[in-house]
Amino acid sequence: MEALFATTTGILAASGLYLALRGRTFPVVVGLTLLSYAVNLFLFSTGGLTTDGAAVISDDASKYADPLPQALVLTAIVIGFAMTAFSVILAMRVRGDVGSDHVNGNRVDEPREDKS
Amino acid sequence: MQHLIILPVLLPLLTGVALLIHRGGALTLRRTANVLSTIALVVVGVLLVAESTDDAIRYYAVGDWQPPFGIILVLDRLSALMVMLTSVLALGSLLYACAGDDEQGSNFHGLFQLQLMGINGAFLTGDLFNLFVFFEVLLIASYALLMHGGGKARTHAGFHYVALNLLGSMLFLIALGILYGTMGTLNMADMSAVVTTLDTADLGLVKAGALLLLIVFGLKAAMLPLYFWLPRAYAAAPAPIAALFAIMTKVGIYSIIRVYTLIFGEQAGPLANLAQPWVWWLGLATLALGAIGVLSARDMRTQVAYLILVSVGTLLAGIGMHSEAALGALLYYLIHTTLVSGGLFLLVDAIAQQRGKAGARIVQSRTLAQPAILGLMFFAGAIAMAGLPPLSGAFGKAMLLQSATTAQQHWLWPILLGSGLASLIALSRTGSTIFWRASGEKTGVTLGPLRVTGTLMLISCAPLMVAFAGPITAFTQATAAQLLDRDAYVESIIARGDTGGDA
Repeated sequence: MEALFATTTGILAASGLYLALRGRTFPVVVGLTLLSYAVNLFLFSTGGLTTDGAAVISDDASKYADPLPQALVLTAIVIGFAMTAFSVILAMRVRGDVGSDHVNGNRVDEPREDKS
Repeated sequence: MQHLIILPVLLPLLTGVALLIHRGGALTLRRTANVLSTIALVVVGVLLVAESTDDAIRYYAVGDWQPPFGIILVLDRLSALMVMLTSVLALGSLLYACAGDDEQGSNFHGLFQLQLMGINGAFLTGDLFNLFVFFEVLLIASYALLMHGGGKARTHAGFHYVALNLLGSMLFLIALGILYGTMGTLNMADMSAVVTTLDTADLGLVKAGALLLLIVFGLKAAMLPLYFWLPRAYAAAPAPIAALFAIMTKVGIYSIIRVYTLIFGEQAGPLANLAQPWVWWLGLATLALGAIGVLSARDMRTQVAYLILVSVGTLLAGIGMHSEAALGALLYYLIHTTLVSGGLFLLVDAIAQQRGKAGARIVQSRTLAQPAILGLMFFAGAIAMAGLPPLSGAFGKAMLLQSATTAQQHWLWPILLGSGLASLIALSRTGSTIFWRASGEKTGVTLGPLRVTGTLMLISCAPLMVAFAGPITAFTQATAAQLLDRDAYVESIIARGDTGGDA
């Protein structure tokens, strides 16, 4: 399971980073979202991966999952969600104010489409 | 007053939420509430500093969950000093904003208080994950404040700022995950104790986590490869917000000082002082490039933004020097540079408003409506920022230069003094263009009493810090000594944990 988990996190992070480096605001926002998924998965795994364990310490204390990373992930998800919502709105605002969805505000080599 | 420690977080939170709910209320009412709350914050800051002078390290266990399990707020000299500095800077910029800048959007006052809550929380918290949460609080308030008033330049600079800081937050989380996975705790005092007993197999991971944290803090502090967002964002932000943002880079500086003296400090075995060499060289490079930026700026706001970079470089180099004397000197310099650069942002905006179309650009233009008072303030601010005697910048720099060892002197002296010269040349060019080469009749609005008070309050700290240089340096030196005394910090938090602290 560790290998699968690590691969998923890695692929998510790599795709997120690639998209975040793109030149248009929409891929950047999607990239940041993917990155935050990767980070959340990563945080989740920092207490070690446990299957079938009690969330907090159980009676015989033999097998339990670390509850703290779960709390951390919850916080990170909430914050990440708010930030994503904000950046989507901001990207739309940039499109409206600057008249281009290019992160540097370049208008060159942009095929002009109808705004409909 | 055992609950005093949490007041710098609670007070702005409650005021901020109340102001957000009553966003449609009368402007005078909102202004009064905001100013009163900020004044109360200054009082709390002074009380905290007074309380911290007995060298005891106090903590406040939120919900009475004792460390290392609960989240704690820690009050020592450094955090008290930073909270007070924030509140003074905030009061100055708020007074300026109340003269009209706050009318451009309905949520200015609420967001301003939430921003203060985030900054104060980041300075007070004793938990690394909580530091992340407060970073986010101050960031999301700053995103909105940066774009206060709207406009092309602001939205544009805002998007870069938001995207970069989101990436920074993710790196922060990854670093926290690595550190938690290897050390099993996120309480700073507990981490400091655990780091000495690390398994050798984990050392590489912990080192990676620690250096990732340095990248995050470097992004906040605007350290060399990560500073390119700063001049644009600060130049685009409304003046009172840019003035308040002068403390934001210092949040990064504070975090670097805290984490790399407490957790990865002298006692950390193989990981001891791992950040200092990096910070030293990158700080010097930031200093040099910042000076070039100051010379090349064609706009007063950009120029002040680059002056902030110069000061960040100086502070980072001071951290990299890694001695008690240097730490004390850089804290003195930090107080000076935060307040004066905040004041300069306000002053530049006041000047730009009296120059008609020329605005903040450094070109010949009309005579200002109030050349005398603005000129005098600019003169004082420029002298202080460039680091000429008799104002506070010279004192801070002289102490920093003095505390360098011989090997460090070869690098620090030429670069620091050279950057001072560059700032001096650039600022005198700006000053003579604006005040002396002006012609034509006076136009533009004169400065209202609120704007004069706000600007004067921040600029006048330069002479005041010289007048009270004795007590202030005594305090900063004691702060440096307290910072390097890691055992006392850990003991006062972990050992007292089972007998119970303030709650």
